[in-house]
Amino acid sequence: MTAVMGSPRLRKEDPALLTGENKFVDDIQAVGQLWMGMVRSPFAHAKVNGINAEPAKSMPGVYAVYTGAELMDMGLWAAPLPCAWPVTPDMVNPPHYPVATDEVHHVGEIVAVVLADSRYEAADAVEKVEVDYAELPAVGSVEAALTDAATAHSDHATNKAFTWALEPNPDGVNDAFANAAHTVTGEFLQQRLIPAAMEPRGVLAIPSPHGGDITMYTSTQVPHILKVMMAATTGISEAKIRIIAPAVGGGFGAKLNVNPDESLALTLANKLGRPVRWTETRTEAAFSTHQGRGQRQKIEVAADADGKLLGVRVHLDADMGAYMMLITPGVPLLGSFLYTGVYDVPAFGFTCDGWFTNLTPTDAYRGAGRPEASYAIERAMDMLAQKVGITPEEVRRRNYLGGGDAFENLDVASTLTFDSGHYGPNLDMALNMAKIADLRAEQQRRRDAGESKQLGIGLCTYVEICGLAPSRALAGLAYGAGGWEAGTVRMLPTGKVEVVTGSTPHGQGHETSWSMIVADKLGVDPDDVEVLHSDTAISPLGLDTYGSRSLAVGGVAISMACDKVIDKARLIAAHQLEANPDDLEFESGRFGVKGSPDKGLLIQEVAYGAFTAHNLPDGMEPNINEQMVFDPPNFAFPFGTHVAVVEVDENTGETTLLDYIAVDDCGNQVNPLIVEGQVHGGIVQGVAQALFEGAEYDEDGQCKNPSFLDYLVPSAMEVPSIKTDYTYTPSTSNPMGVKGVGEAGTIGSAAAVINGICDALSPYGVSDIEMPASPMRVWKTIQDAKAGA
Amino acid sequence: MIPSKFDYVAVDSAEAAIAALTEHGDEAKLMAGGHSLIPLMKFRLANPTVVVDIGKVQDLSYINDGGDHIAIGALTRHMAVETSDLLKAEVPLLAHCASQVGDPSVRHRGTIGGSLAHSDAASDLPAALLALNGSVVAKGPSGERVIAADDLFAGFLENSLADDEMITEVRVPKMAGAGWSYQKFNRRAQDWAIVGVAAVLNGSAGVGLVNMSSMPMRASAVEEALAGGASHADAAQKAADGGTPPEDLNGDAEYRTHLAKVLVERALTEAASRKS
Ligand SMILES: Cc1cc2nc3c(=O)[nH]c(=O)nc-3n(C[C@H](O)[C@H](O)[C@H](O)COP(=O)(O)OP(=O)(O)OC[C@H]3O[C@@H](n4cnc5c(N)ncnc54)[C@H](O)[C@@H]3O)c2cc1C
Repeated sequence: MTAVMGSPRLRKEDPALLTGENKFVDDIQAVGQLWMGMVRSPFAHAKVNGINAEPAKSMPGVYAVYTGAELMDMGLWAAPLPCAWPVTPDMVNPPHYPVATDEVHHVGEIVAVVLADSRYEAADAVEKVEVDYAELPAVGSVEAALTDAATAHSDHATNKAFTWALEPNPDGVNDAFANAAHTVTGEFLQQRLIPAAMEPRGVLAIPSPHGGDITMYTSTQVPHILKVMMAATTGISEAKIRIIAPAVGGGFGAKLNVNPDESLALTLANKLGRPVRWTETRTEAAFSTHQGRGQRQKIEVAADADGKLLGVRVHLDADMGAYMMLITPGVPLLGSFLYTGVYDVPAFGFTCDGWFTNLTPTDAYRGAGRPEASYAIERAMDMLAQKVGITPEEVRRRNYLGGGDAFENLDVASTLTFDSGHYGPNLDMALNMAKIADLRAEQQRRRDAGESKQLGIGLCTYVEICGLAPSRALAGLAYGAGGWEAGTVRMLPTGKVEVVTGSTPHGQGHETSWSMIVADKLGVDPDDVEVLHSDTAISPLGLDTYGSRSLAVGGVAISMACDKVIDKARLIAAHQLEANPDDLEFESGRFGVKGSPDKGLLIQEVAYGAFTAHNLPDGMEPNINEQMVFDPPNFAFPFGTHVAVVEVDENTGETTLLDYIAVDDCGNQVNPLIVEGQVHGGIVQGVAQALFEGAEYDEDGQCKNPSFLDYLVPSAMEVPSIKTDYTYTPSTSNPMGVKGVGEAGTIGSAAAVINGICDALSPYGVSDIEMPASPMRVWKTIQDAKAGA
Repeated sequence: MIPSKFDYVAVDSAEAAIAALTEHGDEAKLMAGGHSLIPLMKFRLANPTVVVDIGKVQDLSYINDGGDHIAIGALTRHMAVETSDLLKAEVPLLAHCASQVGDPSVRHRGTIGGSLAHSDAASDLPAALLALNGSVVAKGPSGERVIAADDLFAGFLENSLADDEMITEVRVPKMAGAGWSYQKFNRRAQDWAIVGVAAVLNGSAGVGLVNMSSMPMRASAVEEALAGGASHADAAQKAADGGTPPEDLNGDAEYRTHLAKVLVERALTEAASRKS
């Protein structure tokens, strides 16, 4: 058999997705279903003085209308919606119920729910609900929050929610800055991003006709976590709750939450004995689904005369939005460990203040804290290079961990231990692919000729933390759960293999990758492997998909379960072949007796024997059904070099990405085609932040671009054909040597693009530009620089 | 994103459409490609109680040689305009301009009549009609009339048609050999222009602007300057004169004014280079 591992196999799941055979939540219908229509606050901050639902109740098709106060009286909830990550013991966490009662804290917060026979009737009735609001002063940005001139929650004295610090060496940091030959300070805004998965969120909760069980279909990345959280916040036993994530059209972190709509559907279906459903509209999604980023960053870098780093000091003001959702406060912490990047930094300090605003809550979005971190350090390294008078690549080389050579299990200043790295060759490969010398020559030619289209070359050498997570490390961060993952491998009587994973795919291609892992281990055909997932009744044990953890934790669990399968099968085969287990060698799916080439058993034959149980070793349980729960000993730290080649038209401010080179290292690869897809998508998402996207708010907390008319998600037309290659530095954190790759592209690309624009504009004296670098913003920045010069 | 309740009438002729308009008055809206109307209805910014679907009126989909002009049926899709050999030869500006509208799925649905009737300052085709000095044929219960481009656009998303009139045909003068250019500036390929400029150099100059006012706008000051012998660069400085550029996240008035000047100059330069 040709090697399965590392081969670019087409994805198993695609035919059903491409032909529409697969079903998303909104495709699933239930007899007797009621549609929820949400009455949402048009104000960012207001008192709710009263609600008159009577006109809505008499609308056609309306079953009921419930206000927040009525829902509270119905006793649907045992606790508010959860925040699983109280980052400090004194973190402020205002109660967040699915429906507001007396005060609303962001535009789009639900104040009443209509239940109607159809989605259209629900929408018509929503318009008839009369709500008497008294507007309160709103906190429309994190800058406004810092002043405490108004507070986002009127019963709070300050908008500050917490201060979290990672200061392993405060004296060292002070010394570094005192002794520095060069210091640079970068202040950056990580604008809010609207996740915009291709499939909007939706939910359908169906109560059982008897027994009190309830099944909830929901467009989620985290059915297992959701089940526990639903049980904890509703008082319904988790034994009664079954959560199914059917086909899910992308998540990017936005579907890892515990949302008001999900809680409403579950509890109302349970209470009323009717199926209850909802699907968000696009504009609704801009308010009802959490957003990403939302940080003000200040990074200070101290270096010696040669540009060798002495210390890095970072402060963040992080925009929590109106409430703490599942991991809202933890997102900046996930980034905190990466502000020293791929560099050998003797002294490091990080502090973060979390602030409430009257905006939609923030939470995880592809990269979650890590794109922000790599952006800050990679922008700062370019500033340092300029100050020292060396190239961006040279300043990086001078500071690489391990001197750019291969290392394993290296302690870094941010208190973590990097599993493995080998940065030098990775950078070289990217610079060669980009033909860096030719680019610089062309750049100079354009400058000398005074051309209006300037060339810029942007570099980013990132590292990221993935494979979330060692449970003990999570304990240290006060996260309310573990980071293990479960996998089961069952040999079926006919020789096929059934795999159950607790990692929940929503576009990543787990079925393909897990089949390949099993095929490689057991010597079976990947098409003979069936992967079951995303249903808590079928896969009761799991911690789902986020933080680039699926392969590095969940895939490894499958691989290790296969080892158990082989161990048991070996005992059975030895028994049946009347050989010593140690004398069997397992190769290409066959147990053969060493020295007797004809004597052997296929794993499929062993599986059948395990099923019939006619001839098993004494005391052995029939069947081969092995589970592994893997709790990784460490995170995994993928890295890479990205080069963005940009052209900026000084007359219009338009930036065109001419070329993009990405050399990523995610350790050993299972399926390079899937890696490639993740890298491409990730890069475009970072390019989107750099050039196109950003939720813009006015000072009253109103979003100016909640629809796709104004919120610019780039398409294939806006990005060049990305050039990729890879280096392969195996992880020491798991036996497969794999690292995650789902977020890497996003973590590398925004900094590369902005570094490129700043490089292009350096002749004008421009040293920084805010994201997204829209044509207008670039043009105005050039005008200001010219006027200032 | 969920429209209010409405009745739906599908008609198979212009006459039936006009009869339906006459019957329902301003409660009714024609729907051609639906690519401007349906989004407005989904946002509940338009709430017609009767939608009269003219999308299946086959005999209003044509591109014919009318002697000194090309006649285009109002229901002709952007894709047909974009790919018409007759238009590419005789009115290349219009064919090119249609190719710049939205993305392929929009161009397969949207119609030239709908685009002009919608009178959106951000749309591409109205600027082309102005630059070309084209016209439309409007049909009502009492017959037909021809409305010149300059008289068609009447305000923000408003045209000068009566409630019971519809556009049946669009007429554009032949311009083979003339210089032309369409400059569309946007951030993503599928977007409306932040600013757009359609220019025709055919003896005299015709210049239409996209998104420089509350409705499609002729750059009269540029045309006059050129008629008075100004250079392209000098004429372009007058690009925004008389305009009231909209302000949004893509552009404030200052930036749009600047862009209009840059793009008018580019358009005139390109048009001159194409003139034979
Ligand atoms: C995603 C997207 C992107 C787009 N991008 C662009 C772009 O880049 N540039 C651009 O120019 N346009 C763009 N459009 C708009 C598109 O070109 C529309 O098709 C066009 O504006 C309207 O044509 P329609 O046939 O769809 O009209 P409809 O939506 O059916 O109707 C629009 C209006 O015109 C009226 N109407 C329609 N036909 C007639 C008629 N024959 N007589 C009288 N009144 C009539 C209707 O009653 C309605 O008020 C985009 C649309 C979408 C959805």
